Amino acid sequence: MSAMTRQGVAKLLARQGILVAFVLFMVVFAIANQRFLAIDNISGVIRSSAILGVMALGVTFVVIGGNLDLSVGSMMSFSTIVVLDLHDKLGPTLAIPAMFGLTLLLGAFIGVLVGYLKLNSLIVTLGMLSAIHGLTLTWSGGKNMDIADKEATWFSVFGQGDIVGIPVPILIFALLAGALSLVLGRTPFGRKVYAVGGNGVAATFSGVPRARVVFFTYLISAFCVATAGLIQASRSLGSQNTVGQGMELEVLAAVILGGASLLGGSGTVFKTVIGVLILGFIQNGLLLVGLEFYAQYIVTWIIIILAVWLDIAAKRGRLWSSIA
Amino acid sequence: MNNDIPILRLEGIVKTFPGVRALDGVSFNVLPGEVHALMGENGAGKSTLMKVLGGIHQPDEGRILIAEEPVVMTSPIQAKAKGVVFIHQELSLADELSVAENIFLGELPRKTFGRVDWTRLYAETDAILKTLNVGFNARTRVGDLSIANQQMVEIARALTVDPRAVIFDEPTASLTDAEKVVLFDVIADLKTRGVGIIYISHRMEEIFKITDRISVLRDGEYRGTLVTAETDEDKVTQAMIGRSLDLTRSPLQHEMGDIALEVRGLECGALYQDVSFSVRKGEVVGFYGLVGAGRTEIAETIFGLRAPSAGKILINGQEVRIGSPIEAIRLGISLVPEDRKGQGLVLGMNCRDNMTLPQVDDMTAGPFLANGAEVAIFDQYRDKLDIRTPGWRQQVGNLSGGNQQKIVIGKWLSMHPEVLIVDEPTRGIDVGSKSEIHNLIRELAAQGYAVIVISSEMPEVLHVSDRIVAMHNGRITREFTSDEVTEDSLIQAISGIASDKVA
Repeated sequence: MSAMTRQGVAKLLARQGILVAFVLFMVVFAIANQRFLAIDNISGVIRSSAILGVMALGVTFVVIGGNLDLSVGSMMSFSTIVVLDLHDKLGPTLAIPAMFGLTLLLGAFIGVLVGYLKLNSLIVTLGMLSAIHGLTLTWSGGKNMDIADKEATWFSVFGQGDIVGIPVPILIFALLAGALSLVLGRTPFGRKVYAVGGNGVAATFSGVPRARVVFFTYLISAFCVATAGLIQASRSLGSQNTVGQGMELEVLAAVILGGASLLGGSGTVFKTVIGVLILGFIQNGLLLVGLEFYAQYIVTWIIIILAVWLDIAAKRGRLWSSIA
Repeated sequence: MNNDIPILRLEGIVKTFPGVRALDGVSFNVLPGEVHALMGENGAGKSTLMKVLGGIHQPDEGRILIAEEPVVMTSPIQAKAKGVVFIHQELSLADELSVAENIFLGELPRKTFGRVDWTRLYAETDAILKTLNVGFNARTRVGDLSIANQQMVEIARALTVDPRAVIFDEPTASLTDAEKVVLFDVIADLKTRGVGIIYISHRMEEIFKITDRISVLRDGEYRGTLVTAETDEDKVTQAMIGRSLDLTRSPLQHEMGDIALEVRGLECGALYQDVSFSVRKGEVVGFYGLVGAGRTEIAETIFGLRAPSAGKILINGQEVRIGSPIEAIRLGISLVPEDRKGQGLVLGMNCRDNMTLPQVDDMTAGPFLANGAEVAIFDQYRDKLDIRTPGWRQQVGNLSGGNQQKIVIGKWLSMHPEVLIVDEPTRGIDVGSKSEIHNLIRELAAQGYAVIVISSEMPEVLHVSDRIVAMHNGRITREFTSDEVTEDSLIQAISGIASDKVA
C-alpha cells in the first residue's frame, strides 16, 4: 500500500474512528442477532442507559472545564441509599430534596478542593470515590436499604412510570440533556466553562473567575448524580451500597466516546448523548451475541483505551509515535 | 597550539525563516585561547546563530569550520561530539538526580547487563569537578545546589568531552558578584587550555573585563569585530544599534489629558521595589529593560494578578485596591499579556468567542447569549483593526501571529478601557504586522487611551513612546522624555550604569 493511502486511512480512522467502529459493531450485531434492531430492544437500551446518561451529562461539564470526576459512581450509591432511607423516615416529598441537598454538598466540597484550592482533580475525586463509599456504608450500617411498603408509594414513578407511553427515565434524561445543552452552548457560564478548560491562564487573564466556574461544574455534576440516584432508587425501591460501583469509568467512557477531550475545552452535551448511546448499544449487542455480562467490565476498558487513543491520534495526525 | 589557526570559523552564514532573514551573511572566527564576545540587541540574531552552531538549525548558505575543517552538524549531540558545547542561560538539569548523573545523563558508564558503573561514574565526575575547583562532589543532589553551582554542573557537563569551543549564553544573568568571580576563573582556565570561548552577554562591564574581541550582530547582519582593548562602550553601542535606526517618532502627535494611572512606591517582594510613575490620557509610556527587570511583574500587579507588598495605585486620582483581573477590568484597566498563546488566547476557541470573553456576561438576551450582539462586536473590531480571518468561526489557533495579537487587542478595546497595558506587543510577529501594531498603539493614544508599552526591543520603545521608563533589576533607573532619550543613555540605564556617565 502506498504511503499516501496509508496516511489517508490513518487520518480517517483518527478522525472518525469511533463512528467507523460503531457502524461495524452495529452491522455485526444485527447480522448475529435479529433482535438487536427490534423496537423494544432499542427502547430497552435507551432506558437502561438513562441513569448512566444523566451522570454523563454532568461529567461533560467537568471534563470540558479541564478536570475529571471519578467520584460519580460512588456518589450515586450514596444518593440512592440516602433517598431510600429517608423515604421511610421523612416521606418521599421531604426525602427527595434532602437527598439532593446532601449530594450537592458533596459536589460543593469537591468544587472547593479542585476549584479554589486548585488540588489535582484526579486525586481529589479518586479519594472522594473511596470516602463517599465509606460515608454510604456508615449511613446504611453496611446493610441493603429497602423501602418498607413497595406497593403503597408514588415514589416508583421516576424509575418505573410512563408518560404518554415514554418511560420516565428516558424523559428525565432527554429533558435534562436539553436543558444542560442550552446552559453549555448558549449561556455565558457555558462559554466560560470552555474558556477555563481550553486555556485556564488565558481565561484568568480575561477576567473569567476560574475557580468559581470549576466549582459550578462540580455542582452540576453532583446535581446530575442526585437525579441518577433518584431514578435508580425509584426503579428498584431497594438497593445495595455498591449500586453505582464502577460507573465512573463507564461515564467517562461515554463522555470521551462523544468526543470531549480529556485536556478540556472541547465536547458538547449532544455528543455526550451520542457517546452514551454508542456505549449502551455496544454493551447490549455483546450480551445479545452471547457474551457474559461480566465481560462488559473488560469491554468498557477496551472502549476507553480505544477512544483515548483515537483522540490523541487525531491530534498528532498519526496513530502512533515513538517520540512524545 | 598554533594561535593563528581559528578553532572555529563561520563563513557567510545565512538563515531565513518564512518572512524573516534571521541571519544575513555572518562571518567571524574564534581563536584558540580567546574569549570572543558576541553582542547584539534582542532579535539581532544571536540565538539563531547559536542554534546553527549547535546543530539545531541548518544554515541555508555558508560554512562552519572547526580548525579549518568544514563540518556539518545536524544535532546537538553531533555538535558536542565535534567539541562545540553550550552553557545555556536556562539550566536544563534534573533536580532529583545527583551531580554525576546529571553530568553523564544519557551516556552513563555501563557494566555488564546494562548496570551503571557507579564507581567509574563518580570517579570521572570528581576528576572533572576537581578542575573546576568547586565545593560539592559527584554525589550531591543537584536540587540542593545554588544557581551558581548548578551552572558549574552545566559547565562540568561540557567538559566530559574534550571541548574545542565553549559557548556561554548570558551565564551571569542569575549570579551574584562573588559567584561571577568563580565563573570568570573557570573561563580563564579554559583559555589557558586553548579552548575558544564565545561569550554572549548584554553587560558591558563583563565584556570589557574578560573578552579579547567583540563581534556585533544587528538585524541578522554581521557588523564587524572589534578588539576589546582598542575600543570602548560607545563604539560597541554604536555598532549594535547603528545610525540607520528609525528614531523618528510616529507623526501622530496629539494633546494629552489628565493623569489616568499613577503608581506610588509600588513594591512586590524581591521582584521590584519603589516603583513610581504616571500615565496621562493620550500618552504612551514605554517600559524598557532587560528580561527579568520587573516590567511584566509591574503590569501584572496593576492588572490584579499579583498582590503588591507596598505602595499605592491610583486611577483618575482615586486610590484603588485591585485584587483580581475582574476588579482591574471593572476599573478600566486592560492587559495585553506577554505570552499571546499562553495567556492571551484560548487557541481552540473561535475568533468571536475569544474577543467577547471578558464581557460575555453582558452579551445576553434573557438568560442566553445574544449571537447578534457578539458578532456585531467582532465585526466592528475586525474592521477597525483590519483583522484578516475567513470569518468569526475560525479557530484563533489557525491565525497568524499578527492577527492573533489583533484579536487580543480587539478583546480589550471592545471593553473601552481607560488604561491599556501592552506587554511585548510584537513578539514573534512579522515585520509588516509589527509596524501596523505600532501605528495602532499611536492611534489609540491619540483617541485618549492611556497606554503602557513594555518591550525588550529598543527601536519599538523609541518609536511608540512619548516617555520611556528604564528599569534595571527591579528598580526604575531613569525616566526619559522622547526628546532627550538617546540609545546610549537608554542602554546604560537598563544595564545599571550610573546615569551621570551619560554625556
